Amino acid sequence: MKKLLLVLTLVLTPALGWSAAPGGDMMDPNVNPHDKASLQRGAQLFANYCMACHEASMIRYNRIAQDLGIDEDLVERYLIFKPDTLVQETMTNAMSEEDAERWFGVAAPDLSLTARRHGPGYIYTFLNSFYVDEDAATGYDNTVISGTAMPHALESLQGRQQGVFEEQDGEEVLVGFEVEEGTGTMSESEYQAATQDLTNFLDYVAEPVKAERQRLGVWVLLFFAVFTVLAYFLKKEYWKDVH
Amino acid sequence: MKHDGADKRRRRFLTAATTVVGGAGVAFLVVPFIAYWRPSARAEAAGAPVEVDITGLEKGQLINVEWRGNPVWIFRRDEETVDALETIDAQLVDPDSNDPQQPDYARNKYRSVKPEIMVLVGICTHLGCSPLFRPDETPEGMDREWIGGFFCPCHGSYFDLAGRVYRGVPANLNLVVPPYKFIDDDTILVGEDDEEEGVA
Amino acid sequence: MSETRSGGLVGWIDDRFPMSKMWREHLSEYYAPKNFNFWYYFGSLALLALVIQIISGIFLTMNYIPSEDRAFESVEYIMRDVEWGWLIRYIHTTGASAFFVVVYLHMFRALMYGSYQKPRELLWIFGCLIFVLLMAEAFMGYMLPWGQMSYWGGQVIISLFGAIPFLGPDLALWIRGDYVVSEVTLGRFFALHVAAVPLVIILLVVAHILALHEVGSNNPDGIDIKKNKDANGVPKDGIPFHPYYSVKDLVGVGVFFLFFSVVLFYVPDFFGLFIEAPNFEKANPLVTPDHIAPVWYFAAFYAILRAVPDTFGGVLLMGLAVLILFVLPWLDRGRVRSIRYRGFSFKVALGLFAVGFILLTYLGTQPATAMNVIMSRIGSVIYFGYFIFLFVYTAFGLERTKPLPERVTS
Repeated sequence: MKKLLLVLTLVLTPALGWSAAPGGDMMDPNVNPHDKASLQRGAQLFANYCMACHEASMIRYNRIAQDLGIDEDLVERYLIFKPDTLVQETMTNAMSEEDAERWFGVAAPDLSLTARRHGPGYIYTFLNSFYVDEDAATGYDNTVISGTAMPHALESLQGRQQGVFEEQDGEEVLVGFEVEEGTGTMSESEYQAATQDLTNFLDYVAEPVKAERQRLGVWVLLFFAVFTVLAYFLKKEYWKDVH
Repeated sequence: MKHDGADKRRRRFLTAATTVVGGAGVAFLVVPFIAYWRPSARAEAAGAPVEVDITGLEKGQLINVEWRGNPVWIFRRDEETVDALETIDAQLVDPDSNDPQQPDYARNKYRSVKPEIMVLVGICTHLGCSPLFRPDETPEGMDREWIGGFFCPCHGSYFDLAGRVYRGVPANLNLVVPPYKFIDDDTILVGEDDEEEGVA
Repeated sequence: MSETRSGGLVGWIDDRFPMSKMWREHLSEYYAPKNFNFWYYFGSLALLALVIQIISGIFLTMNYIPSEDRAFESVEYIMRDVEWGWLIRYIHTTGASAFFVVVYLHMFRALMYGSYQKPRELLWIFGCLIFVLLMAEAFMGYMLPWGQMSYWGGQVIISLFGAIPFLGPDLALWIRGDYVVSEVTLGRFFALHVAAVPLVIILLVVAHILALHEVGSNNPDGIDIKKNKDANGVPKDGIPFHPYYSVKDLVGVGVFFLFFSVVLFYVPDFFGLFIEAPNFEKANPLVTPDHIAPVWYFAAFYAILRAVPDTFGGVLLMGLAVLILFVLPWLDRGRVRSIRYRGFSFKVALGLFAVGFILLTYLGTQPATAMNVIMSRIGSVIYFGYFIFLFVYTAFGLERTKPLPERVTS
């Protein structure tokens, strides 16, 4: 048994520090697929602030209604802005790819799977890392994607965030952010909470079944635990024959 | 390899218990695999209720809309046709719509919510062909009184302009009336109704 | 053994098909050594993994579309729109990795207890063939979701064939059926993945089990239980596979599913090792992701490939790393099978080999920094060193073994 433990430790130790998942120096948005209130707020933010340019073409409105516990009528009223869109259709917008390319230089990516492609921390950090850059076409740059073509869509909420620079070894280095007081409708903590909700929603959109599988998993594990215990006693009983 | 009676009982019990638990597990596991074949969210979305504007539908005109991949016919009967529907009962299999081929609110002479508007799934109840619209001319081989209706070319079944099947043809059920409702006077929603509003 | 014929349906079938005979030969009267330990669970678990993959795979095939435009989307369609599609897909992705975990442990067991030695050489070779086909199966399956990792992983692996002198470029072109990896490649890989390769794997598994039951199972003591038989001709240290090992394996199945379910329901992408993040982006033939790594189960061989500065040399060494397994029964000339009675140096060497393999696996998933390449070289030396050491150690009589017991120890 000791040997076995040794082997298992040997095998598992490298696995611990071995994450191939995206991460890096990202802020942790603490996504929680079971927090429906947060997901609902996130959905509303997404529909209001993101969907003018971005789509989430892999998620259906009626699925959102069902998973987030919202009435379909409310979904139609508060989340669907594109005309002639039925509740069973997916979150698409009216912007054509050509328009997007003309206005921003690139088409805004579909956000259906972004949280799984880059990790929720990436989205959350990105939304919190816009800072004023007078030279940029949109007036903003971002530390996560420098030179991003995306304007600061949440500026009205956050306000004008300035980069704080310090001189290190003769170079100007960005060391932090500071929001100009009174320029946004949200306080700093409110803005963080809002972007957290938005990130949570995008994480949900990337894997709508996450909450369900976590709920179901408990029962499956419980079942296999019972089964294994029974099988163990059965084995012991039969093996009384073996001397 | 000996064991006393008590052991045997224990063994039988454990075997039964493991079998039952394992069997239950297999039964639960089978459910997702069976449900996997049900219409997907995409299929359901494609089969969603269809809104039809009938403002421009004239008397004696039939339009064909698609609902769940099937043709649905919407036809505006004129007064003559509405009256004629009451005259041929003797030639029909089920003139009073006793068979459950329609929602309750369409269980009447006209098999419709409003006498002048006909809504039918255009699929023959015999073997699934789509019958042809024959408003005036008597179909070939038809030797009975013809007030206009539908003729299925596959096996020669006849239906009247309420989708009721004639006697002595291969089909023996009336055409299906889908669930539908009037959103307003000129708009029909095919595929959805609300029972409380249903006019019988 | 007993020639009593049963009546009824069983008798009717037995007159026409050897049902009861097969049941006896392979289960109720197949005598397996009674001293199997933890390591002997993995054979039946590998079979279980195969069944899981086949069943879940058949259901995925029903909704998957092998086309450039729709493959990626059809996978997400399964994940979102098809009822329980997510469960069946996660079973398949988790099952793929579980299969390799189980098979690697199963193979390591053979190395520890000398299960490849005479008379089990052919049994071992069948096993190696299954391993090679499993790698092909997994590789082609990995292409199907048509994500960035699918695409560029496929591109890299197929390009390896291009490194073969003279034939290479034509061979790679022939495999792809196009100038780049494309829908044509996807179509043929799909056919091979869902039909051809599984079929051959199943046949080889049958051969593997038949060969096992012909020569009898080895055991942790590595001694032959057939030498000691009772009056009925039954090995004294043998017990019928059914019910003793069937109930024991049931415990293994339960524990296996516990681990399986934890992964499936709580970490289905297993920190990016079972489902890699770049694969959530549709294949783009114009942009390579910044870091391409093979799936973890190929990583050790990939690290060996990268350890060599020359492309063809790398391909050659990687191929050799797999092929050398086939001749293992003839490299090991040891007088005893089990690690329990082998020389101290063998134990050290096998331990090093295991550590080296894990190291290589780790390195294969990491970027090829200078340090990692040096480490990969060390790992490769350990990997091949094991086989060379084993030959020298045993062929020249350097190994001092412990005396074997007469009967199996518990």
